[in-house]
Amino acid sequence: MTMTMKTTVSAAALMLSAVAAQAQEIRFMCHGDGTECAAAMAIFERFEAANPGVDIVLDKVPYQTILESLPIQLAGGTGPDIASVTDLGGLNQYYLDLTPYVDADYWTASFGGTLDWYRGGEDRQGIYGMHSGLTITGAYINRTLFDQAGVEVPSADADWDTWAAATREVAEATDTTFPMAMDRSGHRIAGPAISYGAQYFDAAGEPILVDEAFQAYIQKFVDWNNDGTMAKEVWGGQGGSTYRDAKQEFFNGELVYYFSGSWQVGNFEENIGDLFDWEVVGSPCGAGGCTGMPGGTGYVGFAQTEHPEIVAAAIDFLAQEQNYADYTNSARSIPAHAGVAAAGVAYEGASPEAAAALNGWSAQVGKLEPIAFAYQGHPNNRAMFNITVTRVSQAVVGELTVPEAMDRMKDDLAAAMAEAN
Amino acid sequence: MASRGAMRTFPCRLKVMLMLQILTQLMKIVEVPFALWQRYFGASRVVWLFLLPNMLLFGTFAFVPIFLNFVYAFTSGDQILLADRPYTGWSNFETLSRCDNYLDPNSCDRDIFWRALWNTSWFVTLQVGFMVGFSLLTAIILNRDIRARGFFRSVFFFPVMLSPVVVALIWKWILLRNGLLNAALEGMGFESFNWLLDRQWAFGWSVFLSVWAHMGFYTLILLAGLQAIPRDVYEAALMDRASAWRTFRRITLPLLAPTMLVVLVLAVIKGVQTFDEVYAFTGGGPGSATTLIIQYIYETGFAGAPRLFGLAAAASIVLALVLVVLTAVQFWANRRNVDG
Repeated sequence: MTMTMKTTVSAAALMLSAVAAQAQEIRFMCHGDGTECAAAMAIFERFEAANPGVDIVLDKVPYQTILESLPIQLAGGTGPDIASVTDLGGLNQYYLDLTPYVDADYWTASFGGTLDWYRGGEDRQGIYGMHSGLTITGAYINRTLFDQAGVEVPSADADWDTWAAATREVAEATDTTFPMAMDRSGHRIAGPAISYGAQYFDAAGEPILVDEAFQAYIQKFVDWNNDGTMAKEVWGGQGGSTYRDAKQEFFNGELVYYFSGSWQVGNFEENIGDLFDWEVVGSPCGAGGCTGMPGGTGYVGFAQTEHPEIVAAAIDFLAQEQNYADYTNSARSIPAHAGVAAAGVAYEGASPEAAAALNGWSAQVGKLEPIAFAYQGHPNNRAMFNITVTRVSQAVVGELTVPEAMDRMKDDLAAAMAEAN
Repeated sequence: MASRGAMRTFPCRLKVMLMLQILTQLMKIVEVPFALWQRYFGASRVVWLFLLPNMLLFGTFAFVPIFLNFVYAFTSGDQILLADRPYTGWSNFETLSRCDNYLDPNSCDRDIFWRALWNTSWFVTLQVGFMVGFSLLTAIILNRDIRARGFFRSVFFFPVMLSPVVVALIWKWILLRNGLLNAALEGMGFESFNWLLDRQWAFGWSVFLSVWAHMGFYTLILLAGLQAIPRDVYEAALMDRASAWRTFRRITLPLLAPTMLVVLVLAVIKGVQTFDEVYAFTGGGPGSATTLIIQYIYETGFAGAPRLFGLAAAASIVLALVLVVLTAVQFWANRRNVDG
């Protein structure tokens, strides 16, 4: 072979490999209120550097897109390669099983508690997703308002009634618009209901949603919305199962007590700044404990990807302890990785308030009830959340009585379970 | 100088001739399939060849989805691929129609479907009624020789050009608890009111918003109708000393009736299809007070869990039937109008 021919062949091979490399584009669909997507991309950039030719492209989308459009895209075979998801078990049929590509022992040791949330199908052993951050639902208070009102902050084991009375007192003394508010979400209201003793599942593990304790909490919730304890416009001002939060009211200092979740820390740090002091108070107690709901976002690969090895390798790269720790630090999330959690996260650059809040949330993990984990891991929990929001909202605005809403919820659940495959 | 000009134009002529030559050759190539078509199918059927591209596009994006919608309506489950969806016959339609009393949504299996249906009926009745009334009034005023007539015509038409979401957000900001209206009320010493938290008020404001956003379009149609009425008829009425009211009742209204009918039918069809502005305005709430039928279809098929494509498809067929009836009324009315 002459030199010219060799050069030509080499050039052609190089061009071919360049084309092949260009073909290794990985689409990453991500949502996030704060810095989650940027934090993940920072790690993925390291992965790209270690794997020349791989190009991970971020498609940052609103949360609604993840909830509503992603499932349709996946069903149509046009989904991304990797995505951040919150309907963890609900989309299991589309997930790429990472088991053949990763060190299963490492994953089980690191994410053991959360791996099951992604196993919505019959396979109860596969590794389908990496939980990027644990979230816990619970409450924040505007500490400044408590101080101004001279009202003592209820203790960690205080029940809902105690909190309702205290926040009403604060609101009255400081002329604040709302004593309490809760995100309009079936996930958010589940923690308090479980604290009241709601079981959500029967002895066989089948979803029941409604029981006496659940109804008791909903009745209380509806009453609080109607007597002004809760900000009625959050649950009452919307239709259907649309999500609505009350963070704007909290930012504005119009709210004493905000039941939301750990993911708001970054938001509060950025938007509240020095305006007032705020702190995490977790979940009030009841007969069923002092639990919130666990949850969070996970990164999953999809079986329909053309590059399963690269997708699995990228997620596995993110799951490595040092990378995961860096991600957690940047994303201001609570680690779901056992090793990272055990070592602790410094949250470098976070304000003292935010760092205290994140540690406060980490301390709440031990209070989570097993039912809360079971509910979070149920593949049809999204249906149960939506039914709860729709019907409780109707009760809040007086369209249905609470007993009527309960009957409707039972019927809706039966219909949903019959349709869900 | 003249020969210089000729020198300049010569290459230009050459270019044109060259282009014509190329075009002629191209047409000869294009002519081949058409000539073949005419030979085998006849000259009168060439029209189908020209219609084919458009029909293919229209078929792909209109008829195929309509056909698929029908098929989905007879299947169940939450899978999107037809192969994974079991055939269930009329069960989706039966589920939608199962009611003890159709006037009481609470007695229906799918109560929110019926609430949406009733909401839509009331919405259309009120919205169309107010819209036609206000549009007529506005058109009559704008048809008179008033000062700054052109400006006012633009002002009334302006909301039509806005995106429905923008319209919804504008009014949401006005009507929120701490919005402009409440600020104004408080400024005047009145108590503020949470307009969007009260079911009746939220519904009323949804109707108002819709009328505000669309009446400019119908005003324009009615204005054109008014301007088409011959002047001499009015002059004759004036000479007969007919009162303004009598002139309006005996001349304007009868001669405007064909245009009114078009406006009425268009407004009804558009009213039934209302979704975006009300959804962005209230999200269908409080409760289901402003949930309209299109929102129900959207939420059942796409935003809910599980996604009930079959039920949503069945509900959309019910809606399509209503629209077919309304369109038939329009055709019938138009034909009657044309036939005199």
